[in-house]
Amino acid sequence: MSIFQNFINSSHSKREFLITLFIKIAGYSAIVFVGMIFIFLLLEGLPAVQKVNLTSLVSSRWYPIEDYFGILPLIGGSIIITLGATLIAVPFGIGSAVYLSEIAPHWVRELLKPLVEILGGLPSVVLGFLGMLVLSPFLRKLLDLPTGLTAFTGAILLGGIAIPTVMSVAEDALDAVPRSYRDASLAMGATEWQTIWRVTVPAARSGVLTAIMLGIGRAIGETMTVMMVTGNAPILPRGIGNLFSPVRTMTATIAAEMGEVANGSVHYHVLFLIGIVLFLISLAVNITASTVIFRQKKRQERILS
Amino acid sequence: MKSSHMRHRQQQFGFSLLTLMTLFTVIPIAGVVIYILILGTPAINWEFLTGFPREGMRAGGIWPAIVGTFYLTLGTSVFAVPFGIGAAIYLSEYASDNRATQLIRIAIINLAGIPSVVYGLFGLGLFVLFLNFGTSILAGSLTLSIMTLPVIISTTEEALRAVPQAFRTVSISVGATKWQTIRRIVLPQALPGILTGVILGLERAAGETAPILFTVAAFFLPRLPNSPLDATMALPYHLYVISTQVPGMPIKIQYGTALVLLVFVLSMNIIATSIRSRARARRQW
Amino acid sequence: MNKISIQNYSLQYSDGTESLRNISLEIPANQITVVFGPAGGGKSSLLRVLNRLNDLADVIHQEGNVYLDSVDILSNKLDVINLRRQVGMVFARPVVLPFSIRQNLTYGLEVAGEKDTERLNYAVENSLHKAALWEEVKDRLDDPAIALSGGQQQRLCLARVLALEPEVILLDEPTSGLDPISTGKVEASLQDLKRDYTIILVPHSVQQAARTADLAVFLLQGELVETARGEVMFTNPQDQRTEDYIQGRFG
Ligand SMILES: Nc1ncnc2c1ncn2[C@@H]1O[C@H](COP(=O)(O)OP(=O)(O)OP(=O)(O)O)[C@@H](O)[C@H]1O
Ligand SMILES: [Mg+2]
Repeated sequence: MSIFQNFINSSHSKREFLITLFIKIAGYSAIVFVGMIFIFLLLEGLPAVQKVNLTSLVSSRWYPIEDYFGILPLIGGSIIITLGATLIAVPFGIGSAVYLSEIAPHWVRELLKPLVEILGGLPSVVLGFLGMLVLSPFLRKLLDLPTGLTAFTGAILLGGIAIPTVMSVAEDALDAVPRSYRDASLAMGATEWQTIWRVTVPAARSGVLTAIMLGIGRAIGETMTVMMVTGNAPILPRGIGNLFSPVRTMTATIAAEMGEVANGSVHYHVLFLIGIVLFLISLAVNITASTVIFRQKKRQERILS
Repeated sequence: MKSSHMRHRQQQFGFSLLTLMTLFTVIPIAGVVIYILILGTPAINWEFLTGFPREGMRAGGIWPAIVGTFYLTLGTSVFAVPFGIGAAIYLSEYASDNRATQLIRIAIINLAGIPSVVYGLFGLGLFVLFLNFGTSILAGSLTLSIMTLPVIISTTEEALRAVPQAFRTVSISVGATKWQTIRRIVLPQALPGILTGVILGLERAAGETAPILFTVAAFFLPRLPNSPLDATMALPYHLYVISTQVPGMPIKIQYGTALVLLVFVLSMNIIATSIRSRARARRQW
Repeated sequence: MNKISIQNYSLQYSDGTESLRNISLEIPANQITVVFGPAGGGKSSLLRVLNRLNDLADVIHQEGNVYLDSVDILSNKLDVINLRRQVGMVFARPVVLPFSIRQNLTYGLEVAGEKDTERLNYAVENSLHKAALWEEVKDRLDDPAIALSGGQQQRLCLARVLALEPEVILLDEPTSGLDPISTGKVEASLQDLKRDYTIILVPHSVQQAARTADLAVFLLQGELVETARGEVMFTNPQDQRTEDYIQGRFG
């Protein structure tokens, strides 16, 4: 055994100890970061509640120059655009997921899925740019509006941005439904179409719901695109008609105004407060979505035997 | 019960509808890329790529923005890659299936979902102001790193888990330690998958605007940054600036900038996916 | 003196069943000890005790003592890494590492800190000779190991263990996936190897047990039913259950 004697010398195991330590720290870092983000938002955002009283925060006038900090129009703007985007992204995202997973020939799927996922990676500023230069003039003419920079334009673009998320996650979920489910249904005389909607999609419903939630999360959080195409008017939307007028979202407000405020001013703190609202919304959306993801298959493969 | 003829018609109609919907999704994607390619190409020339902006950015080139985005991507990788891979190793090789691990997973999912502009706020609060890094490449890279982390962690973990368990058992059985097993077998085998994940993460960092708005980006800075504590121009922010903030901006320059950004990001995407598919074809297990 | 001494050993996995119950067994050096019995009897579990591979499994309880050359190998102060070099293991499925043939053989030595190329080369050649594989692969040591046939891969796995110069070799159904010719080769090398090593084999059939056993151990549902010399066990078993199993009345 002589050749082994110089092993496990202390420097070797010390190195291994340090590496393992780093791995563990990195492992827990995600928790630390989420915690830190929340703490910093709270530290900078909560003073807003002291400096502006709650009733004026929860009002419908956003005009910071004259110290009107009502965030309702911004929340309303985010809601109307997200709603519109969801109405687009859900049918198209799930429809194309069903198509790719259940109907399309193999090669089509291999071609289109990566293509759609590329859209998920396109910088949102590029989409906003095209939205401004191409989509909004087109919609203005088409719908004969005074301006093309509307909630509707934003919703369409945001829907497009959310589709890859919805499609990709939903497609994975559909793909994971065992072949035997479909075979059993087809053997009982159902058509493929009936099998899709009565067997496959219901069997994948938790994954499909996750897909929808993640799509919504993506839409609420999107910043640059909406800032560039929605006209940025902080008007509280009061009905479906507002879909065709300019609005302003929470994200766009932060992005547009944070650069110009004095650090520590009331306006600065209010923008962080909006950040808290956004953080909490995304937390709620993602925790809902993630309850499903956890039914992950375990890797407790037995030791070789 | 509907007649079989009816059911057949229903199916045909349904299939056609879904096919159409998919086309409706895919064609605009291809359209966006092609459109920018066509309108952007005329702007591309040597001066545009390597020159400094002139005449209030209405002429000249975008070199500082290209360099800035390159530095930011590099800076992001310095922090995000070791931490992301470390966390993935922890989850795949060390963590047992308990509460703490669940909490880590929830945290990762939430990190992935936090709006990018909120990362910007956080970066402003922590790095720019509290730690006093100022608007700088350092502050911006760190902000982007945390945003990129979940992408790197999840793809890397997936790659690690794909390495057959039997290799680990064999390695341990001939007297390797856990870390030796990871270092010599698991990591090399998972490398292509890890690279793919890292590049996809960095791709996201390269294209983001909102997180760098208040942490690093300079509106106009006609020189190159020479330390991590300098501010810098960056492609995505530059595109935002010239398309919304500068009146009388030649459209050609705007499309040219969009094209450069698109090529920067898409080439990363293509590299990442081709590494993945090439490795899949060559894999021995 | 016996190489390995197992005294009143019991083992329970997290699923609750007692996979080994109060096992006492003396394993002699330089012989082939065959551990056989029906599926789920605890044969693999027993082998994994001997090189502490059960450390990777969900063990919730174990008691009793296991000694290797009078060293308590269950002790938590034991240098497990060193134990695994002394007690090598060949698994049922030939798992070659995703390297070249040569690297498969040097892997164990390299993680042990061996850098000397001469010694590494010597270990490669020597272990391949012992596993009766040298002639077949000597010209392609740097080819990927995965390109070998199943039988060759399994002998490579045996060589990989031998390269570490262990004292004990555990083989868990090493020929279950092999054709008769490869099986014969492996069995023949075991007969050679027992001069230098203590061998513990889980056979993949009663016939193989009868062919190879110096000492035979019958395990049934975690219980050690009978231990006897090979020639006695397969001609004149003492316990009715052993006889029934050997006769093929169950299993
Ligand atoms: N890693 C493990 N975790 C939990 N239980 C296990 C594990 N390995 C084995 N067992 C259980 O222990 C018992 C004995 O299994 P073992 O694999 O030792 O039997 P065996 O005699 O080798 O059987 P086979 O002939 O099928 O290989 C079985 O009930 C099995 O389910
Ligand atoms: Mg077994």
